Amino acid sequence: MAEQTHHEIDKVTGTATTGHEWDGLRELNTPLPRWWLWMFYATIVWSVGYWVVYPSWPLLSSFSSGTFGWHSRDAVVRDLAALKAVRGPMMEKLSSASVELIKADPMLLDFARAQGRTAFGDNCAPCHGPGGGGGKGYPNLNDDDWLWGGTLADIGTTIRHGIRANDQQTRLGSMPAFGRDGMLKREEIEASADYVRSIASLPVDGKADLALGKKVFAATCAACHGEDGKGKRDMGAPNLTDQIWLYGSDKAVIVDGLWNGRGGVMPAWGARLDDTTIKALTVYVGTLGGER
Amino acid sequence: MREAEVHGTELPELEPDVPLYEARRKVYPQSVRGTFRRIKWAVLLITLGVYYLLPFVRWDRGPNAPDQAVLVDLPNTRFYFFFIELWPQEVYYFTGLLIIAAVTLFLMNAVAGRVWCGYLCPQTVWTDLFQAIERLTEGDRREHLLRERGPWTAERVARAGAKHFLWLMVAWWTGGAWVLYFADAPTLVRDLATLQAPFIAYAWIGILTVTTYFLAGHLREQVCLYMCPWPRIQAALTDEHALNVTYRYDRGETRCSLKKSELLRAKGEPTGDCVDCMQCVHVCPTGIDIRQGPNLGCIQCGLCIDACDAVMTKIGRPRRLISYDTDINIKRRQRGEAPEYRIVRPRTVLYAAVIAVVALTMLYALVTRVTESISVIHERNPMLVRLSDGAIRNAYVARIINKKPQPREFALSVTGLAGTFVDVVGATRRPGASPVIEVGPDQTREVRVLVTDYDDSREHSTPIRFHILDVAGTERAQTSDHFWRPQ
Ligand code: SF4
Ligand code: SF4
Repeated sequence: MAEQTHHEIDKVTGTATTGHEWDGLRELNTPLPRWWLWMFYATIVWSVGYWVVYPSWPLLSSFSSGTFGWHSRDAVVRDLAALKAVRGPMMEKLSSASVELIKADPMLLDFARAQGRTAFGDNCAPCHGPGGGGGKGYPNLNDDDWLWGGTLADIGTTIRHGIRANDQQTRLGSMPAFGRDGMLKREEIEASADYVRSIASLPVDGKADLALGKKVFAATCAACHGEDGKGKRDMGAPNLTDQIWLYGSDKAVIVDGLWNGRGGVMPAWGARLDDTTIKALTVYVGTLGGER
Repeated sequence: MREAEVHGTELPELEPDVPLYEARRKVYPQSVRGTFRRIKWAVLLITLGVYYLLPFVRWDRGPNAPDQAVLVDLPNTRFYFFFIELWPQEVYYFTGLLIIAAVTLFLMNAVAGRVWCGYLCPQTVWTDLFQAIERLTEGDRREHLLRERGPWTAERVARAGAKHFLWLMVAWWTGGAWVLYFADAPTLVRDLATLQAPFIAYAWIGILTVTTYFLAGHLREQVCLYMCPWPRIQAALTDEHALNVTYRYDRGETRCSLKKSELLRAKGEPTGDCVDCMQCVHVCPTGIDIRQGPNLGCIQCGLCIDACDAVMTKIGRPRRLISYDTDINIKRRQRGEAPEYRIVRPRTVLYAAVIAVVALTMLYALVTRVTESISVIHERNPMLVRLSDGAIRNAYVARIINKKPQPREFALSVTGLAGTFVDVVGATRRPGASPVIEVGPDQTREVRVLVTDYDDSREHSTPIRFHILDVAGTERAQTSDHFWRPQ
């Protein structure tokens, strides 16, 4: 302990001062207990031990790894393994059950939805949005309109094999570029766009040549979209009479689609995700509210 | 002004060199008998009795809940206290409890200074117990001091050994009782005995054994003097009406030996009642001299009162030379006025009122506590969706809580929008009726609720209400949200 040379006694309290003075105020010497000091030293020793035992010091190209070889990554791996063990029985049930069975079991359904939501966030959200809300050219998965079918089986197939994707069983079919490839003249395209808007009960300009549009539609579009414009799921041709428009319902947008064609790509996930994950994703997407 | 100067005692001689760090002066408190000692024994028996035995009290809560009256169920995040069962989202009850505890401490302080420290503080209670063990094994103050100055005889070793063994046993049992609050006590006791208990239980018993042993056995008054913040806070909260253990220097001074004072008194000369026997100092568990005036180190245990009362009785002077008294009364006595005790004053009334308000609020909340609840979050992505027939649908995540120990079924309905269609993913639906959601015993379930509206004429945002109704009973709960349509 520091040798004290100043030990002037304060008159009021009778306590020795430390000899330090600031603006006429003298600090009283109120000693700390010695065990307190020893505890302070002990914490210093402890911290040195800590440096030795755990990875702590940055080195030039790496870091001191500690005598125990403890690593935060190992802790994560251990936690993940523990999590897997906890989820094991539910996971097994999920991988063996059919989608119908999953829907009938509330516990399993909740579990599948939770798994599916996570997988969706990791893989699907970049295009379809975190809640499956979609965007221009990317279908909204919450509504009841499906280009390729909205039963759980259809949804599963679409996820597994994709659309116009690099997969043996992927589904093809696209909207041709009628204008760019010279199949239709500009006024025919304009007229059929007006006609399409009219069958969807959207307002049409009074000067529109709906008769021409109808003729062009019957000759060119009906093959895929059907005589009545209600679409055909086996070709992925959208229903043109409902209120859901993947790219928008403005005339300019429809004209653009007719002129340049459409053909978005949904990747095939069969090769990237395991069966159980795809099943969970299917259930999750289906229960967003559109399954039918 | 320093009290010692007022009543004219000498200031203590100071060492010429005062070190910056003080070696600890060990305190050897002497045993004492008297009113306050008896109160302290009673408090010790009651508090420790409650602490050690409470985990074994049973409380029947039906088949799906534990039967322990007081239980902190960490794995299932539940807290049980007799008829009360708390869920994590109800931690505000603990906030209320903490407020009551803090204000009660203030109230105690306003009435009688640090009585908490002297009688109820766990540090005091366990230290008291450990000192009793020390006296049992090493002897009372005089004997203990003599023995410690002497050589290490076999007897001294045996006595010290016995003391530390008993201390460790009590410390161990203290840690053991602690873990019993976190699991079914009888089962855990059996598992601990057969070495089947989880590692964490042994770890906690170990930690608490060591801390109890050091805090109550070795650190003792050092905790009150250096570690505990309460004396500092308390000193700032107290006032001149608070009862404090006080040496009545107006009566005690001038102190002198019994013989001298008898002589002086015989001659009719003035003398104080204090015979400077140091009994009050020797019994003090924090090793202070109460005659020097109010002291931060005094825990208000009243043992010095008992010690001095015994002396006063012996020498035939009135008792309570040291007593619970107020600063004001000392002054009044000096002026020859009668003492006055004012327990009821703005400060105490305010504290009592705060305690009453918080306690009543909590009681009301507990009594009217519901066993089911629903909370709803509007889905944000997308906010709404247009269906192919033009209808608008909003999706919500509803969280339904069933706090009853039985599984229950709740029918969900939505009001505020006439003609809407409500669908719940994962619910059972009977034709023409509301969707029914099953929630397990003591559980929470989250479901996706889809609300579809066909009316095109409504506002952008319409307030709606979600209701749940216990299918088998009459309990219901509701919450509000909004239904959005495109702007
Ligand atoms: S001075 Fe008296 S009341 Fe205060 S701690 Fe010591 S014995 Fe207890
Ligand atoms: S016990 Fe009473 S008489 Fe003895 S020294 Fe203390 S105050 Fe004085």
